Amino acid sequence: MNTDIIFSIITGTFVGLASGYLGSLMVLRKMSLVGDALSHVALPGLALGILFNFNPFFGAFAALFASIIFIWLIENKTKLSTETLVGIFFTLSLAIGLVITPEPELLEALFGDISKTSAPDAVIAVILSLVAIFVVRRVYNKLVLGTISDDLAKSVGVKTKKIDFVFLLIVALIVALGIKVVGTLLMGALVIIPAAASKNISRNLGSYAGLSALFGLLSSLAGIYLSSVVEFAPGPLVVLTSASLFFVSLIFKKS
Amino acid sequence: MGVLKVTDLSVSFGDFNVFHDISFEVKKGEAVAIVGPNGSGKSVLFRAILGFISYSGKVEWAKNIKIGYVPQKLFVDMHFPVSVGDFFSFKTKSKQAINEALNSVGIIGNEKYLRHHVLSKKLGALSGGQFQRIMIAWAIINKPDILLFDEPTSGIDVGGEETIYNLLHKLQTQNKLSLVLISHDLNIVYHYANKVMCLNKEMVCFGEPHQVLDPASLSKLYGGEAKFYHHEH
Repeated sequence: MNTDIIFSIITGTFVGLASGYLGSLMVLRKMSLVGDALSHVALPGLALGILFNFNPFFGAFAALFASIIFIWLIENKTKLSTETLVGIFFTLSLAIGLVITPEPELLEALFGDISKTSAPDAVIAVILSLVAIFVVRRVYNKLVLGTISDDLAKSVGVKTKKIDFVFLLIVALIVALGIKVVGTLLMGALVIIPAAASKNISRNLGSYAGLSALFGLLSSLAGIYLSSVVEFAPGPLVVLTSASLFFVSLIFKKS
Repeated sequence: MGVLKVTDLSVSFGDFNVFHDISFEVKKGEAVAIVGPNGSGKSVLFRAILGFISYSGKVEWAKNIKIGYVPQKLFVDMHFPVSVGDFFSFKTKSKQAINEALNSVGIIGNEKYLRHHVLSKKLGALSGGQFQRIMIAWAIINKPDILLFDEPTSGIDVGGEETIYNLLHKLQTQNKLSLVLISHDLNIVYHYANKVMCLNKEMVCFGEPHQVLDPASLSKLYGGEAKFYHHEH
């Protein structure tokens, strides 16, 4: 096994773990499709990174950061319908991204390519994944309570707006990281599918969050390993693995 | 002063005036019911006095008061992976406090029973009556001085309604808890409330139910002929 594949497996494992864990909250908050749409925004950022020769991760994160501020502002400061605006804005940025991304890199940007992970990239991904998990863990219960009822959370002193913002920031971070693994088009799957599978078989929050993180980790690990064996792009294989876990979970679904 | 004093409270969303110039007071150990048609601003009144939305006027709470609140709408479906135990853990880590709160809403059992038959259940799998009991237990866990309850009996069948009100009444008298309830059921108001507020964009009435709920104010409240007559037993 060469060192490249080791770095990519390490990166994939940690990003998968963090995506699964964060995804459990996104599914509970019915934000699955926001995550999906959000990942499209990363494309122009990635393209700028490629064009101007800086780390595309930072380009993607900057684009995502700008767009979550945008979402947060329309949700909190205006009475506009978020859904439509998000739909327009995000597909627009996908289109812009498609136009400005150089052709040779387009496939990689759309579907990810983790096989070219360098040691510094892996270190950044591991550290940022751990930071994301740590932060999410601290606000997890408050976010769930806020999902059950925003007013109920406020009544026990939870600062819901502030926590929602922190949560969106972490979403941007994880999406930017995950794009390396599965690309902008499939990122939604990395956060949604593990949580959906876990929700089928969990009766309490601990097992839901834990299994979701575990499924995220397993699908990344298995997908990336498979891709090195069959020599096919890892992104789709990661998603196929996690989808298989979802179908298995349906069999064990508890009412 | 009592537990809560509200003076000239008005709320508007943009140009839309939800209600205006509401003034009332809640004293210690009192049960106040708020009645009014749909859209009359009852839930908004709660959200304003709790400080969740902006308002004009004055809302004064007694010093160091502890407030329990049960909102009307909770987003919990059958598949929501949160157990009753998880839900309590959002408020306290103390098992004893949880068990005490469960006991005081009539869910009685030793720690093992509660753990296996109550706390491990999914929140969304509870029946309407069980769910409201759990909500009450959750709200009273830190021994509040006042409980604000938005439609205590939504989603509960007729038999269950009375049980919930009996429970609230018991908590009110035993713990000297003040209650402010939003209710659609005037029968309940006559039976359990010390004071009633009729709300429909403005305060149509406030006072003891037998004195203020006359046909005139009811018709002003609900419009047209009041359909409800109270029978003395």
